[in-house]
Amino acid sequence: MYERHILICAGTGCISSGADKVQEALIKSLQEHNLQDKVRIIMSGCHGFCEKGPLFIVFPEDVFYCGVQAEDVPELVEEYLIKGNMVERLLYKDPVSEEIVINHDKIMFYSKQQRLALRNCGVIDPENIDEYIIRGGYLGLKNALKMEPSEVVEEIKSSGLRGRGGAGFPTGMKWQFCLSSEGAKKYVVCNADEGDPGAFMDRSLLEGDPHAVLEGMMITGQAINADEGYIYVRSEYPLAIQRLRTAIRQAEEYGMLGENILGFGFNFKVKIKEGAGAFVCGEETALLASIEGRRGVPRHRPPFPAVEGLWNKPTVINNVETLANVPLILRRGAEQFASVGTEGSKGTKVFALTGKVNNTGLVEVPMGITIREVVFDIGGGIRFGKKFKAAQIGGPSGGCIPEEHLDLPIDFDSLTAAGAMMGSGGLVVVDEDTCMVDLARYFLSFTKKESCGQCIPCRIGTNQMYDILEDITEGRGKPEDVALLEELATAVKKGSMCGLGQTAPNPVLTTLRYFRDEYEAHVNEKRCPALVCKPLLQYYIDAEKCIGCQRCIKACPVDAITGEKKQPHEIDQELCTQCSACFDACPKKVSAVVVVSEGLKTEEEVEVCEEGCKCQS
Amino acid sequence: MSELITLTIDGVEIKAEKGTSILRAALENGIYIPHLCDHQDLTSVGICRVCLVEIEGRRPTVSCMTPVEEGMVVTTSSEELDMTRKVNMELLILHHDYDCQNCAKNSYCKLQELTRYVGIDEERISAMRAPALDFPIDDSNPYYQRDMNKCVLCGICVRTCEEIQGDECIDFAFRGIETRISVLGDKPIIDSTCVTCGECVSRCPVGALVPQKAIEPTYEVETVCPFCGCGCNILVGARGGKLVSSTAVEDSPVSGGSLCVKGRYGLSFVNSPERLTTPLIRRDGELVEASWEEAISLISEKLGQYKGDQFATIASAKCTVEDNYVLQKFTRAVMGTNNIDHCARL
Ligand SMILES: Cc1cc2nc3c(=O)[nH]c(=O)nc-3n(C[C@H](O)[C@H](O)[C@H](O)COP(=O)(O)O)c2cc1C
Ligand code: SF4
Ligand code: SF4
Ligand code: SF4
Ligand code: SF4
Repeated sequence: MYERHILICAGTGCISSGADKVQEALIKSLQEHNLQDKVRIIMSGCHGFCEKGPLFIVFPEDVFYCGVQAEDVPELVEEYLIKGNMVERLLYKDPVSEEIVINHDKIMFYSKQQRLALRNCGVIDPENIDEYIIRGGYLGLKNALKMEPSEVVEEIKSSGLRGRGGAGFPTGMKWQFCLSSEGAKKYVVCNADEGDPGAFMDRSLLEGDPHAVLEGMMITGQAINADEGYIYVRSEYPLAIQRLRTAIRQAEEYGMLGENILGFGFNFKVKIKEGAGAFVCGEETALLASIEGRRGVPRHRPPFPAVEGLWNKPTVINNVETLANVPLILRRGAEQFASVGTEGSKGTKVFALTGKVNNTGLVEVPMGITIREVVFDIGGGIRFGKKFKAAQIGGPSGGCIPEEHLDLPIDFDSLTAAGAMMGSGGLVVVDEDTCMVDLARYFLSFTKKESCGQCIPCRIGTNQMYDILEDITEGRGKPEDVALLEELATAVKKGSMCGLGQTAPNPVLTTLRYFRDEYEAHVNEKRCPALVCKPLLQYYIDAEKCIGCQRCIKACPVDAITGEKKQPHEIDQELCTQCSACFDACPKKVSAVVVVSEGLKTEEEVEVCEEGCKCQS
Repeated sequence: MSELITLTIDGVEIKAEKGTSILRAALENGIYIPHLCDHQDLTSVGICRVCLVEIEGRRPTVSCMTPVEEGMVVTTSSEELDMTRKVNMELLILHHDYDCQNCAKNSYCKLQELTRYVGIDEERISAMRAPALDFPIDDSNPYYQRDMNKCVLCGICVRTCEEIQGDECIDFAFRGIETRISVLGDKPIIDSTCVTCGECVSRCPVGALVPQKAIEPTYEVETVCPFCGCGCNILVGARGGKLVSSTAVEDSPVSGGSLCVKGRYGLSFVNSPERLTTPLIRRDGELVEASWEEAISLISEKLGQYKGDQFATIASAKCTVEDNYVLQKFTRAVMGTNNIDHCARL
């Protein structure tokens, strides 16, 4: 009989910060103290708080240790497990109140969350089907198998579930179309391509609760009369693939997958297809082409996959998180699911919260929660006491929501109305030190590369927008660029075939909408107000503060700084390349190097010297 | 006759067969909707986005991919559509080596036609960042040239090669602005499985695929290809007494507008200085020129020594149908044998 359970997070984040070494150390230490029969170690899926990993939670008392390294383990065993003394330095400290929080569910990061899709992540051993079953797993499937396909579809419809893969299409309606499509052969496809940079909600789900996704696929199969499913998963997710394979094998052994499932005469098999890394292969028709072995490019819709999908057969394609919600709806009923969320968006949404907040990680929140709550309560506010500037929601094609919309409730429709989108759930918080033009440029650098190149507006338009943004951030912007960007963005949005082109201009359009003054400062005054765009900055040495230590002179790669020891130094603006080496080298106590963006000289102001060059000095 | 559907385009009521796209229905009824990647011989794909239209009650969509529906109300031009289309064309031109004066497609070019129709804002183009267009011209194929600086990526060549020729030797390659039509391994076209049928060349809407040394004919004559037994219909063009071109007859019942490398590019032998102009008789092991009288009397003298199955004729597929008719008549009626065959596989 175990007295204690210790959950060590084995999500990809915690593994990379050393969770497996912590496990080894714990096994060793428990043996040294002969505790191996009293304490059970569970390597769980992701808990979401990757920032503070590796996480080490002791049950039944629910003590939350974070940032635990292998060398901390003997102390935890001896001091806490044996003597019962808290190891304070490893407990969580609230970034705002600076108070220590012992229990995991008292931490703001968790207490405002509602973990439905992630219900088992971080709780069960994902490689053990029994743990899934004990927590109600496969009960939803059993209920579905007792129902008619159309009844299952109705249940999903009345739950109000909408797709979590980006577009937010009502799932029940999609299933209805597929059920009504003629054809003896139909397919269920799980979209686990998760190509958004920085997104890892689907990966965490697959790694932490693979059976939930399998069960969701089987329920879909029952609902549309399909007997075969594909999971299209990125090959960059080896752990997810391995756990899926294990889950499929175990489910087959238990008679949950294969022929005559649970004795209801329902057959279903699942195959895994590994993607090759193109972002656009996450688009449903491109994904299907890729499974079929063709070049992964989107095609015109309609016909929608529900009518003509994989190998031209009716196909339901749903996102991982969408599918993980399905068993819950079938187990607990549509009504309970619909009790969470807003009028048009039911349930919860998982976000990858990153950027300049104190707590980053994976969070699952009820629809309708405000951006403020996510950023300040769950995220613990902005790092280093800086000022919030915007939340970029929806991945590389999402939009930037400014401070005045902090109280915007997060749901599909309100985000779209504000120019952003739910996307697959990326949420990047930026602070006052971020230049919005540069941010837009950064996102465009991703989408323009990932455009499949078929449509003229997307292929050339995104590239053109990028080139203009690059010019603006490097001081070559022209006053007419702002209007040009707007025209291009609108044409690309309206003219493109698939979601990539239709949404790629969002970062540009929303920053133009909410931060136009920053664009204007760049193009009209050649100033970067956030002091980010290097070519628009000037570095000076404050002669009053400079102690003449010569550190900056040594650091400067282009020998732009001169000055005698103990005498104030000076930067030659003509030579300076704005690399910031002097700024970093100047002792923090002194801080004599100042960065400003006072505006480059305009064409007329630049005097042409004898050499004929147009330098800025 | 399949079901007829009635719809309205720009206020004009038209009828079209069920299953037809709005674009083709419009074109058949004399209503022009600008388009680039659509081609009547090929599957529609809707990638150039030029044929964007508004349909009442729906979001703007491409007319080439939308089948006609009863009562549909389609608008082909509005402020928003025109603007989207204009910017689309401007972007295309920005990335096009616009040098019409020196282009073989000048005045047959679909891009010129579209630009004229859609209209472009020169000022906006000059505000854009122009790229360097520096793809090397692929001159490896002796019969046609590929200039990817002129390619508009309509994909017509790719679909032609796949759907008409069944060769599938070219495809879209790379992503984003790097996207181009290429062959396996991004090699010169000559190192691919291309059979130089020229089908893609004849359909390329711009000057990206053009025959090598293209010369405009001053007149054309319809005839039958002299090479193989298929007998495809061709239009042979001549200029200054010389044969300069050969193109497919589009509605040919034999070939449906297709040709192979020989019929399209292999007729230049007609102009060869090495062609025989008089009969040759072998005298003392040397072939020497002779008159027709001499040659014919020699043949009749020799053939007179044989009769029936001692004799056989091998005819040439390069001869005209009439020539071959006479030859078989001669073999059967004069020589008295059915031993006649020909080299239909040349
Ligand atoms: C460029 C692009 C990339 C996409 N990538 C993904 C992805 O990685 N994962 C995903 O589930 N959906 C992705 N989608 C959305 C899918 O096309 C599709 O809408 C979704 O898989 C449907 O599932 P859902 O209804 O459950 O959301 C992408 C769409 C586009 C246009
Ligand atoms: S919008 Fe972009 S990614 Fe989508 S099909 Fe067109 S070119 Fe490809
Ligand atoms: S392809 Fe057309 S537009 Fe381009 S250079 Fe040739 S004629 Fe001009
Ligand atoms: S010439 Fe014929 S075989 Fe060669 S690429 Fe064109 S269509 Fe294909
Ligand atoms: S080569 Fe010609 S036919 Fe082929 S994609 Fe380019 S423009 Fe179109």
